[in-house]
Amino acid sequence: MKAPARPLFLERRGYRSRRIMDASRLLPVLGFLLFMVPLVRQPDGNGPTAGYLVYLFSVWFVLIVIAAILSRRLRRATGGAPEERP
Amino acid sequence: MGRDVLLIEDEPNIIEAIRFVLSRDGWNVQTHSDGRGAYDRVVDLRPDVVILDVMLPERSGFDILRDIRAGKETAALPVLVLTAKGQSKDREMAESLGASRFMTKPFSNNEVLATVRDLAGP
Amino acid sequence: MIPFNILVAVCVVYVAGLFLVAFVAERRAANGRSSWLRSPLVYTLSLSVYCTAWTFYGAVGYAARSGLEFLTIYLGPTLVLVGWWWALRKLVRIGKTQRITSVADLISSRYGKSNTLGVIVTLLAVVGTTPYIALQLQSVTLSFSVFAESDTLGWAPMDLNATSLWVAAGLALFTVLFGTRNLDANEQHHGVVTAIAVEAVVKLVALLAVGIFVVWGVAGGVEGMMDRIASSPLAQTRFAGGRWAGLTFLSAAAVLTLPRMFQVLVVENADERHLATASWAFPLYLFLMSLFVVPIAVVGLASQPAGANPDLFVLTVPLSLGQEGLATLAFLGGFSSATSMVIVAAIALSTMVSNHIVMPLWLSWQSAGATVSGDVRRVVLGARRVSIGGVLVLGYLYYRLTGGSEALAAIGLISFAGVAQVLPALLGGIFWRGATKRGAVAGLVTGFAIWAYALFLPSFGAGGVMSAALLADGPWGIDWLRPQGLFGFAGMDPLIHAMFWSLLLNTFFFFAVSLSGFPSPLERLQGAQFVNVFEHSSGAHGWVHGAAEAEDLLMMSQRILGPEKAQGLFQREAVAQGKVGYLPDTTPAFLERLERELAGSVGAATSHAMVGQIVGRSSVSVEDLMAVADETAQMMEYSSQLEAKSEELSRTARQLREANEKLTELSVQKDAFLSQISHELRTPMTSIRAFSEILMDGRTLSEAEFSRYSSIIHEEAIRLTRLLDDLLDLSVLENGQVSLNRQPGNLRDLIDRAVAATGSLDGAGRLKINRARAAEDLALLTDTDRLSQVFINIIANAQKYCNAAEPELRIRARRTGQGIVVDFIDNGSGIPKKSQSIIFEKFSRLSDRNAAGGAGLGLAICKEIMQNLGGDIAYLPGQGGAAFRVRLPMTEAQAA
Repeated sequence: MKAPARPLFLERRGYRSRRIMDASRLLPVLGFLLFMVPLVRQPDGNGPTAGYLVYLFSVWFVLIVIAAILSRRLRRATGGAPEERP
Repeated sequence: MGRDVLLIEDEPNIIEAIRFVLSRDGWNVQTHSDGRGAYDRVVDLRPDVVILDVMLPERSGFDILRDIRAGKETAALPVLVLTAKGQSKDREMAESLGASRFMTKPFSNNEVLATVRDLAGP
Repeated sequence: MIPFNILVAVCVVYVAGLFLVAFVAERRAANGRSSWLRSPLVYTLSLSVYCTAWTFYGAVGYAARSGLEFLTIYLGPTLVLVGWWWALRKLVRIGKTQRITSVADLISSRYGKSNTLGVIVTLLAVVGTTPYIALQLQSVTLSFSVFAESDTLGWAPMDLNATSLWVAAGLALFTVLFGTRNLDANEQHHGVVTAIAVEAVVKLVALLAVGIFVVWGVAGGVEGMMDRIASSPLAQTRFAGGRWAGLTFLSAAAVLTLPRMFQVLVVENADERHLATASWAFPLYLFLMSLFVVPIAVVGLASQPAGANPDLFVLTVPLSLGQEGLATLAFLGGFSSATSMVIVAAIALSTMVSNHIVMPLWLSWQSAGATVSGDVRRVVLGARRVSIGGVLVLGYLYYRLTGGSEALAAIGLISFAGVAQVLPALLGGIFWRGATKRGAVAGLVTGFAIWAYALFLPSFGAGGVMSAALLADGPWGIDWLRPQGLFGFAGMDPLIHAMFWSLLLNTFFFFAVSLSGFPSPLERLQGAQFVNVFEHSSGAHGWVHGAAEAEDLLMMSQRILGPEKAQGLFQREAVAQGKVGYLPDTTPAFLERLERELAGSVGAATSHAMVGQIVGRSSVSVEDLMAVADETAQMMEYSSQLEAKSEELSRTARQLREANEKLTELSVQKDAFLSQISHELRTPMTSIRAFSEILMDGRTLSEAEFSRYSSIIHEEAIRLTRLLDDLLDLSVLENGQVSLNRQPGNLRDLIDRAVAATGSLDGAGRLKINRARAAEDLALLTDTDRLSQVFINIIANAQKYCNAAEPELRIRARRTGQGIVVDFIDNGSGIPKKSQSIIFEKFSRLSDRNAAGGAGLGLAICKEIMQNLGGDIAYLPGQGGAAFRVRLPMTEAQAA
């Protein structure tokens, strides 16, 4: 099978799904930058660990939530049938 | 008398019937029951009449007839073609290939005998 | 205190439970009821083999030693999973379309099905995984010893080496039992995956339970815990920037390249959509696993005596506070973590070893015909079982050699850095068409060598494999070659040092050699297939129309895939090509598909070689491939739209032509059928008429002649009647007007009846019947009279036509997923290939009719009967003699 010709402009729905794909491509980059924040801000000596602990776990959790939302949207946008249980 | 007939036919019961009818009339009946080698038999034996079935193993009666008519020595040999298919296009085919007579199975014994006598000439 | 015996008993019961889970899952999968077993949830849980005993015990120890750094090990995979749209989705799609069996197979297949690369990656994986397996053995052994030390009832001092040996042996047994049951690695290990998912739940629950106990039971809630963290020595650990970034990267690389992760992520993936769920659910799992690590470490540091091993805080904290139940749960959690990792890693490694090392060796020892005659399945399975044992023995030896003294985290990271060497070749292979085999080899060998020299060998300790002098001053006193200070980079963290140099030079050589060389045609085509996997759904080009004998290929495939699967594959292909029976044309498309199916069992390189042996060349000519490649590239780049249109036009034209041919053929068939009937009826009539005229003549006939001729008339009249009966029967069956008299019966009784009716019972008669009566005991609900008519016909045919000196007919019955299959195989010379397609046609007698005595309608009637019963009958090629297969569908095969 040959790839079908790609149209230049997409209708609204197609446009939306493309942007969701972009978002899910960007998410790990965002995550990486946020995870690296502790490197930039050098510890001021007095037990920063507790603070970083809370920060890292918060970023982590937000990433998981965004990923969950994106994966749900992506599945709908790419036309994958919802997973059904018999 | 004592003239030769070569019967090329693969069904043993039909062979037996024709052999009985013709031998009783004084004919010398040789048989061959395979499409292959049939033409060689004709050349070797030089019978007075050939009775040829169409549906033969390995090689069809029409092909053998074509060879007989193509052969220089056998071109004029009288050939009676028998067939069980009974469709008009078989008759047309046989005639176009130069069959002397054409008969459809089942045949009458007397008719076969008369035809053979007729073909062999006086 | 918990007596040792009870602890062992708990382990044994737990493992027995896992066995049961695995067994039930296999059974359900075999019966096709695997839907919930293959849900996104189970897929996500199976990914938890990432969290080994290293996570379970080691993370706490890591946190106690180095503060928050342990988190990097989980942040890397989180980024990879969250970014699944980049790499994982592509890997899974490639894995599915190319039927990839392991990470070594992926690399080998991408770079022109090169077995050299397969071997390199396999060796790398074995060497890189061995320390990791040792680590699991060590942690299980240590966790036993914790209970031994704190035991006041005084159980005998435990032999740690013996314990680890027992653990290794037990794991090997479990893995062999459930990892090598079926051959096709793509058939996937339902049982193992389900057991792994159960273990994932156990370890999560155990760690959460210990964490909740520590936070709310010991520290008095979240606030109290935060205070304790702030005041603990752990809070003073400095942030090592290089390690933080480096380890995040390393763990991200490892989740893609670790053999066991590749196994669960790609090979065991049942549905691409599961990945979407796992993209957030697996990070959530990691999140929960890490949540309580710091609290446990802090409480452990505060409550345990100085010098206590922080790697065991998960056990010692609850134990010292009198929570024996909790400690036992934690012990089971650690046990689960270790066992699941070892099982999956051993399966993944054994697949690589057997496909890339054992099979190629075996193939090169065999002569060219061996693919057809040898029992390949047994060789492959045997190789896998031995490999599993071998991998565990290696792990055990490493454990003994290093003395089990090292901190758990250090060993795990050495492994990560080792397998991460595959990353450039892997990512380069799926994103860059210019990557070549030579580049991949150069990069891998360089990275592997530096890793071994700078990290792996020094890990045995000074005076272990490398002498103390070598470590301190470099080989021959050359300072810049010191294993832990290459090129003058002294004073760096040894892990980051080794990772930096190995991956840097690995990547450099990979790109440099790739850029300077020119790939072979097969590499270029595979490269395009991999990089553009979402645009191509067609297979790799490899076989130009060849003269491969379909029958030989079928025989070979039966030996690899098993007869049922191979025959199914060939039959489906034949049907797709519009042919009946089991032998499709060996079109290039079919050869490619077959090669991929076989690759699922023996790997891409081996399968390519095996098909090559039969097709008569080990590869396509370069010109052929270049032609295909150029054509493909041109079409794709310039005229994909035009292409699609003209393809549609030609497809329509083809369909019209086919329809027309079919109509013509039908009309020809009808004429031929009428003419055949006429012939078959007139022939006996001729004899009857001729002899009755002779009898009517009234001339004297001898007594003998008289009786002979009348018996001929009688005989021919019977023949005529039988012919008319058959014709009527056939017409009724063909028009579907037949009324079936379904009744319960037993297959064995039916075959008994058929054998008796043909006079072959108990060795009577010329034909010897060879049966497996036990397997024939299958209940049926069918028209038993019609079915035995079919059996009688087949047996009678064997009596008439089997031309062996001592004719024998083998009858074999068995139940399959779809119903019942009965094979009739004789030892004669079989039916020539050109005739196989016509034997079920009406009046298709092959040899001369007098020997047979029938009109050539028997098999046509059998075929119609079987179709009316909802099954079918087919000629089974490649069995030695003439072989017929009768199939009854499930509805006709009553559930026993």
